[in-house]
Amino acid sequence: MENKILSAPEIKKILDKLSDLAIKELGKDIAVIGIKRRGAILAERIKKIIDRKNAVNIDYGSLDITLYRDDFSDIGSGPIVSGSELLFDPEDKKILLVDDVLYTGRTVRAAVDQIIDYGRPKIIRLFVLVDRPNCRELPIQADYLGIKIIAGKKQIVDVRLKEVDRVEEVVVKEKT
Amino acid sequence: MNWKRKDLLGLQDLSREDIEYILDTAVSFKEVSARPVKKVPALRGKTLVNLFFEPSTRTKTSFELAGKRLSADVLNFEVGTSSVSKGETIVDTARNIEAMKVDCFIVRHSVSGAPFLISNSVKAAVINAGDGCHEHPTQALLDLFTVREVFGKISGLRIAIIGDIFHSRVARSNIWGFTKLGAKVIVCGPPTLIPAGIEKIGVSVCYCLVEAIKNADIVYLLRLQKERQQENFFPSQSEYRDFFGFDMEKFNLAKNKFFLMHPGPMNRGLEISTETAEKENSLILQQVTNGIAVRMAVLYLTVRNIQ
Repeated sequence: MENKILSAPEIKKILDKLSDLAIKELGKDIAVIGIKRRGAILAERIKKIIDRKNAVNIDYGSLDITLYRDDFSDIGSGPIVSGSELLFDPEDKKILLVDDVLYTGRTVRAAVDQIIDYGRPKIIRLFVLVDRPNCRELPIQADYLGIKIIAGKKQIVDVRLKEVDRVEEVVVKEKT
Repeated sequence: MNWKRKDLLGLQDLSREDIEYILDTAVSFKEVSARPVKKVPALRGKTLVNLFFEPSTRTKTSFELAGKRLSADVLNFEVGTSSVSKGETIVDTARNIEAMKVDCFIVRHSVSGAPFLISNSVKAAVINAGDGCHEHPTQALLDLFTVREVFGKISGLRIAIIGDIFHSRVARSNIWGFTKLGAKVIVCGPPTLIPAGIEKIGVSVCYCLVEAIKNADIVYLLRLQKERQQENFFPSQSEYRDFFGFDMEKFNLAKNKFFLMHPGPMNRGLEISTETAEKENSLILQQVTNGIAVRMAVLYLTVRNIQ
């Protein structure tokens, strides 16, 4: 049983609205960094929206946080380390950190640690498409968020993006 | 692909997929060493022991840096000052160090098979850093990584390995690695230093250097191990240099676009002339750089699963 909570046009609307809000609050000199894999895809879209609307070319990067996880003994023996691409220096930058789902907060913790290893940004703000606020294990909250979903630990929130999943939607389903 | 092995003892028992998985993982680790903070927390809290029963600078340093860049603690075990010199067996030595709760042994020993012996008696991960004349798997992996980086592939290339094949663990590991990944390997050296029947593991043999390098994409020069030449395998070092040393004359007879590799340390003026070592075709320092990334990948894949 799947319950669709966001459609393709709704996802687009959220990204447009939140990109505008981020620019308004942080200014045009921001950089976006996405957490692989779907966060990086969203970050790339956000960069395009901001670039188009403001006639700028902001910095973009993606992070693979596998090496920063605190739970690698729980995730089986074969996580693929796919590498991070951060070709700009985050020192003194305003960073918009992007992920698809904010769940326990541990992924974001790992991503923040990794960014700080590259340099000391002026600000890091968190942008997520879906927030699952009742499952947090660390004191981490989103600054820009698309939708809040109260789902239990037995449920999965699946973000599907056309670049990798061919369809574009967010669904909630039961763990099998 | 799932990596389940606790050890890396050689390339002979790895599949093509295993080898490619390590090389793919190493690509991400190379980026870590290019960062301002050359460190990731992947192996934080793990302890690695460099257990070297034979002298080594490069390999030991490379493993030490690889471990430290993964945030592991690295202990260098000095055999000269250890209880081994008081008569302890290597299995007892390893078990005693393991009792101090270490997670990985990086072993170099002059006897072939020593890392296997240790692997069978400890729960910690064991990485072979060179055993006798048997294997030196991380050297071959970094060579494969470097060749793949330069050519974008390995399959279909011709690799000429020149020198003392008989005593060389580097040659053996490279033969396994390159042939498994689809390259053609030619070994070349004095007949006394080519093991009989080596063709059976899929290489061709050539006793003439000029012939061997003619169509080679990679000329891989082995270090002439002077310490292993007590039994007169060839008349003199100068004769070896004349026939098998790589100098500008031979350089000019090689393929137009070829690359030169050497596992180090180089005997300049013996197996390699200074002029050729400094050419832009030389990948020697790139090999050393890549050694860190490859060893990080190997440590990450094996030690991660040790509880």
